[in-house]
Amino acid sequence: MLELREITKRFGDVLANDHINIRVEPGTIHAIVGENGAGKSTAMRIAYGFYTADSGEIIVDGEPRRIETPHDAIALGIGMVHQHFMLVDTMSVAENIVLGAEPGSAASIDLRKAAQEIRALSDEFRLSVDPNALVQDLSVGQQQRVELLKALYRHARLLILDEPTAVLTPQEVEEFFAILRRMREQGKTVIIITHKLSEVLAISDDVTVMRDGRVVGRLKTAETDAAELARMMVGRDVLLRVEKPDARPGGAVLSVKGLSVTAGGERGVRDVSFDVRAGEIVGVAGVEGNGQTELIEALAGLVTPSQMGGAVELGGRDITRASARERYELGIAHVPEDRHRRGLLLDFDLAENSILGVHYRKPAVSFGPLLDLAGIRDRALEIIRDFDVRPANPDLPARALSGGNQQKLIIGREFELRPKLLLVSQPTRGVDIGAIEFIHRKLVRLRDEGCAILLVSAELEEVTSLADRLLVIYHGRIVGEVDPKRTSQEEIGLMMTGGRKGNAE
Amino acid sequence: MNELFNLNLLFSTIRLATPLILAALGGMFSERSGVINIALEGLMLAGAFTAASITYYAGSPWVGLFAAILAGACIAMIHAVVCIRYKADQVVSGTAINILLTGAPALLSGAFFLSSGSTPQVPEQHLIPYTPIVIAFALVPLTWYVLNRTPFGLRLRAVGENPEAADAAGVSVNRMRYTAVLLSGALAGIGGAYLSIGQSSLFTRNMTSGRGFIALAALIFGKWRPVQTMLACLLFGFTEAIAIQLQGVRFGGEEIPNQFIQIIPYVLTIVVLAGFIGQSRAPRALGIPYQKER
Repeated sequence: MLELREITKRFGDVLANDHINIRVEPGTIHAIVGENGAGKSTAMRIAYGFYTADSGEIIVDGEPRRIETPHDAIALGIGMVHQHFMLVDTMSVAENIVLGAEPGSAASIDLRKAAQEIRALSDEFRLSVDPNALVQDLSVGQQQRVELLKALYRHARLLILDEPTAVLTPQEVEEFFAILRRMREQGKTVIIITHKLSEVLAISDDVTVMRDGRVVGRLKTAETDAAELARMMVGRDVLLRVEKPDARPGGAVLSVKGLSVTAGGERGVRDVSFDVRAGEIVGVAGVEGNGQTELIEALAGLVTPSQMGGAVELGGRDITRASARERYELGIAHVPEDRHRRGLLLDFDLAENSILGVHYRKPAVSFGPLLDLAGIRDRALEIIRDFDVRPANPDLPARALSGGNQQKLIIGREFELRPKLLLVSQPTRGVDIGAIEFIHRKLVRLRDEGCAILLVSAELEEVTSLADRLLVIYHGRIVGEVDPKRTSQEEIGLMMTGGRKGNAE
Repeated sequence: MNELFNLNLLFSTIRLATPLILAALGGMFSERSGVINIALEGLMLAGAFTAASITYYAGSPWVGLFAAILAGACIAMIHAVVCIRYKADQVVSGTAINILLTGAPALLSGAFFLSSGSTPQVPEQHLIPYTPIVIAFALVPLTWYVLNRTPFGLRLRAVGENPEAADAAGVSVNRMRYTAVLLSGALAGIGGAYLSIGQSSLFTRNMTSGRGFIALAALIFGKWRPVQTMLACLLFGFTEAIAIQLQGVRFGGEEIPNQFIQIIPYVLTIVVLAGFIGQSRAPRALGIPYQKER
């Protein structure tokens, strides 16, 4: 169906694609895996006409083709769903889908006809999308299905999906994979770019592995396993399971008593009580949007006290109404779920980002109101060294780093505070497997140094493997506490969707 | 006070709102496509000067009006090239055009008519006092239709909200934006022409006196939507009409100083913008040049 031959693409000094060859058979689901920056997206953007290759050939249905704009790709039956959705929020689903290929005449779009066709397609693939809804009112999962419809509406026979599951909850991923299988049954070809190995194994027929701009292998999915793929992706053996000794918890560091948060409207937190002790990792498992964000933000001091009820104590001291800065000074560090929104100033350099939170005191400030530039640089260099941030250049803007390296910088910055309590949310979202292993090891070491850690993650595997105790949250309530070593994922998954109560505390 | 609110005031409001509506609808095309257009003032001046001069020479207001449309579009083309092709700051470009057009007509009329203050009087039978009013009010539903019911409008809105999405769907972002900015120049040109050969009979220096900016305020107040923008223009036109009627009116035995009356529309502009600007959501990509990755 699609073949890239000897494609090379250079961005300035960076060789993004180095003579790569990818062949995708019709009617299959083909996974392209690799770490961030391996060149997967670049290759696919070339196939979709977003970039033009410096050299090499694109072959569609056996014939060499020029694809210079997305328009060319669409004409050849290639559709692409981008990692960041290409949707206009303020317009309706139908308007988004027909944009650029409007039915009717130049004087009038036939939106009724469009809505009919969209409904038919939506029914055929069981997408359940309402053509008249506004995109901004849809969930992320629904928006993704609108993107699929956009490609299907343009008669795409090949769908390229760039990291499609990054934004989905585990339930949505299952539904999404079911849709992809239906598409394969109907004769469509699917290319899925991902770095999640479990997904590759679950959905694909063939895999192409990329590393550092090159294709390092092509395999039949049925004939490989996660360990082999990880080794090919990273170029060395990778520990996929977290190895950790048993926790030896001390006294309670954080005590949450009947905490309620009304911020976030429907979601929020309802009458939640738990402790986190020194030297243990308490995980919070739940489908995203069940109050995790509000819980962490309330504990970090990012929610107005008037929107909170109950009490929060740190080492026996009431901090319910303490500000974010006071909490920092008392020893609470916070690795936020959205590093671009809360964690970094993307246009500031690494040195400046490394002092956020301590920007008003040592080592950032040492003489009157003046910043201590040398001190800031030293601190940044220390974090960069200890947390293996690459490239190791404190003058680069944070924007220039990959997600994994941005995350390592944030984690390094928060760990440097030697916190008593660490609030950490989605620590490995959008992070390469090499860096995931690194971050997990660092978290376990911090625990063993006696820090109390509250961990929230949408990755069930991550919380179950890291946490010593696991709280399950559903609709803002803690519906149970389980021992992650003795409870199956299925059981936890059931509790996460409100299916059954565990042994409530 | 009763004789103040009469039919005269209504006509006066409509007349005064007309150039605002024309310029604001022009601004709407540009801004809905994502290009800020604070050059409306300059574009109106270009239209006003060209209309008066060409009508004087050609002896036909239709030729003058057509020339004003062309002049507005040509000046808008400068803004378009600077903002779209060269991705310059759109506010700076617009400001430069406004400054250029405060000076250029004086220079040109000095060269052609030996008077930098104004162009020669156009005879009364060559004035078009009503046609632009009809055009302005007819354009309101037409603009609504174009924006909401045609492929062109859909693409225009998409380009102004999320140019990447439009690009991915195969829509040429730059072509849409060029078209939109040129349209804004053409409409502002008509607005300017109405000032010089509709309401008046010659071009005088800086005769727009801020109407381009008031039109922009009306556009924001009207949330970038045609009907609401027209209503906002009528409101501004109404205050101007009131200001004219209040001139010479005695209040408690004292005549209200003219200066106080004349500032009413401008004060209202500030009040409205300060009070409503937060509630009105601009097209998301407004002011951001589109950088296509390659």
